[in-house]
Formats: sequence, C-alpha cells, structure tokens
Amino acid sequence: MVTAPSLHTARRVAAEVPDPELPMLTLADLGVLRDVRLASDGTVVASLTPTYSGCPAMAEMRADVAARLRGAGFAKVEIRTVLDPPWSTDLITAHGRRTLREYGIAPPGPAPRRTPGPVPLVLGAPRLAVGCPRCGSADTEETSRFSATACKSLWRCRACREPFEHVKEL
Amino acid sequence: MSDDTDDHVYLSLAEGHDDGDSRWAFGTGFEDPLHGVDTSVPDGVDPAEVAAVCLALGDDALVSAQRLAQWCTRAPELEEEVALANIGLDLLGQARLLYARCGQVDGSGRGEDAYAYTRDAADFRNVRLAELPDTDFAFCVVRLLVLSSWRLALFGRLALAADPVLAAVAAKGVAELAYHRQYAADWALRLGDGTEESHRRMRAALAEVAPYLDEVLEAEPPFAVRADQAGPSGDARHTGDADAVRRETLDVLGQVLSAAGLDLPAVPALPGSGRRGEHTGHLAPLLAELQSVARAHPEATW
Ligand SMILES: [Zn+2]
Repeated sequence: MVTAPSLHTARRVAAEVPDPELPMLTLADLGVLRDVRLASDGTVVASLTPTYSGCPAMAEMRADVAARLRGAGFAKVEIRTVLDPPWSTDLITAHGRRTLREYGIAPPGPAPRRTPGPVPLVLGAPRLAVGCPRCGSADTEETSRFSATACKSLWRCRACREPFEHVKEL
Repeated sequence: MSDDTDDHVYLSLAEGHDDGDSRWAFGTGFEDPLHGVDTSVPDGVDPAEVAAVCLALGDDALVSAQRLAQWCTRAPELEEEVALANIGLDLLGQARLLYARCGQVDGSGRGEDAYAYTRDAADFRNVRLAELPDTDFAFCVVRLLVLSSWRLALFGRLALAADPVLAAVAAKGVAELAYHRQYAADWALRLGDGTEESHRRMRAALAEVAPYLDEVLEAEPPFAVRADQAGPSGDARHTGDADAVRRETLDVLGQVLSAAGLDLPAVPALPGSGRRGEHTGHLAPLLAELQSVARAHPEATW
C-alpha cells in the first residue's frame, strides 16, 4: 500500500526551498511562502507572494517549489500568486534575520508603516542607523541605496572598515 | 527529481513544465505574473476603464524602464548605474503586472508580451515625458522626480481601487515608488544645491521637462476605477477629488525644488497627449530597439 504524502510533508518541503537571490534564506524565512494546503482532490496548493514587482526570481521560485513538491511524491501541484497584502521585510522571520547577519548581511529594521494615501516626503533626514553585521559597530554609512539586487543597499563600516550589504526596509 | 539536495533553483527551469516544454525566446518567456490570482472583475466596475488605466500606467512604466536601462554603462558612477537599473526593474515588474491585468479585462486575452512587443507607437498610451531621450544625468533626475512623485501620489490612491488586482498592484508599487522618489529627490538636492555647473544643468533640465508637466498632471485615470470617491470619510483621498494627485505632486516638487534652490519654470504646456497616442518622434525608435528581436523571430522558443 502506498501512503499518500501528508500536508505536513508538503509544508516542510515547500518551506525549505531556498530563495534564488538570498540562498542562505528559505522562502519560509523570507515570508514569501504564504500558505500550503491540500485540496480535496489531493492537489497541493502553495501560495507565494513576490518581494518586488520586478522580482525576476518569481518564476524560478514557482518552478522550484512545484518541482520539489513533485519530487517529494505529490502528483498534483498548483502554485498561486498572492499580491495582497503586499510583501514586507517585516515578514522575514527571526531565524531569517539571524541567518542574514551570520552571512554578513545587515537585516532590515522595521518597515515604514503604509496606509493608503499620501506618502510623506522626507528631505535630508538622517537615515536609520544600521549596525555592522561583522563587528556590531553603529558607526556605519550608506554608500548606495541600491545594490546587486533590488532588495539590498550598500554600506560601509567605519570601525572595521568592511563594506557590507543591508536588506532595505520595504 | 534526480537530486533533491541540489539547491540550484535555476535547474528547475530545465525540467518539465506544466505549461509545455518550450518558452518563447524573448521577453519574459515565463508564466503570466498574475498566475493563480483571482482575476474576476467586481460588479459595478467597468472592465474597459480598468484596462485603459492598466495600459496607460503599464506603458509609462515600460517606456521609463527602457530609458533607465539605457544608462547602463553610461551613468556617472557605478552606484548610480545600479540604482537606475534597479528602479527600471521595479517599473518593468509593475508593467508586467499591469499588462497581464489589461489582457484579462480588455477582452483580448493577450499576454504581457503582446503588449510590450507587438504594438506600434500610436497604440502606446504613455505620457510623452517618459519617452524623451536622456540628454543629461540632471534630466534623468528631474524626469524621475516628476514621474515618481506623480505615480506615487496616484498609486497611494489606486491602492483603494475597486478592482482588486489593480489595487494590489498599486499597493505593492507604493513602497517601491517611495524609494524612487527619494532617490530622485536626494539627487535633485545634491545637484541643485551643488556647484554652479550642476545647478545650471538642473535648471536646463527643468526647462526641458516643464512643457510636459501638464500632460502628466492631467493624466488621471477615470474615476470609476477608483473606489476612493465612494469612501466613507470626508478627507480628500476619499472624496474623489480629481485634483488631489495633481496637488500632491506639485506640493512634493515644490518642496524638493525649493530646498534645492530651484524653481519650476512657468511655461505653456505643449499641445497633444501621449494618453491619446500622440507621441514625439522619440517613441518609435525606442520601441524599434525594444521590439526588434521579438518581431524578427516571433515564434522562437528555447
Ligand atoms: Zn564593522
């Protein structure tokens, strides 16, 4: 007798899929995996939310989650895209934040609160302080708001002199 | 799967796909970005109006993304090149979602690539400011400041749109556009309040952009698309105040320019509108480049 793979297994398999751009994080760490459920006909339905509108990795994520679920014995797999509510860096788990720091990437601070309506303009205000992920010093400066991927900015630590990346609050 | 321990996700692309084994060789070639999203249109929402809004905002984003991409290898510093490419990528992503939604509601069933690669200039509905060639980094900054300020003001309100997909796309775009506007505002301050030369070039850029400003500000989407006029509260964003986006945009521009020691020149608006398909001579060559490979090999797959 063949035992059908369980929902628990499906959740574990989907949760362990690494993010293509931050491969030290899983899709669960990142908060991109919204939901995994089993439909009545046995289809595994996994819901993903894109980080950025232009995230070029979204198609890869979908393909990879589906491939891994099929590899784990789930014959019918459906991947859904969820846009609402939009992804925010606040969804990165505590484990994900710890992992980022271990890999020399400063995790994001709290995301700006978003309510519908005008976004206030802030000119020349000091940016949020970002601690150096290597030495912990707060004596750091932003060198570029944008980096190799849309989700990160470039920083430099004045104490240990090392450059580092920071996942931007979104 | 041959190897469960292999973490290279791109390998999964080489495996079989639910949707057939080959992909169109150009453009995104991937599944529709709204895959699996509930695509029904709520009662009382005119699909043709939603489509028109998605098309105009998608075209603004695609054409802007193409101009930003043209800074690759040409920006003043590597960091700026990366920044402009990232901003372009955000806009390209917004365009993909908006085109995908457009194809669902305009009755044509077209995919995102059909909008990007198979239409002629006269079918595009972007504002003309988006299509002008970059003459200088200062021009790039001023144009981005205007377009991102307007788009952010609009998206903040479209996040309440009655069409749930458009609302979700707008809500997602708000956080991205806030970064774009900040980037442009920071540079406007730095250049406007910089050297004599940088100040002069910012003034020249403002003079170039000013005749196109009215077209941007006039380009509000039809109100039926927006839920905000039916909103419960009495404040401006809930009253369907047609002028709210214009006022917010001008207010933001005023704040940035005055801090930068600059003014918006008062010039007459240029007649015509890209929203009606009336474009400058600069759009066709931009599209010719963007579409050349796709048009030369329409059936190619990989
Ligand atoms: Zn340090």
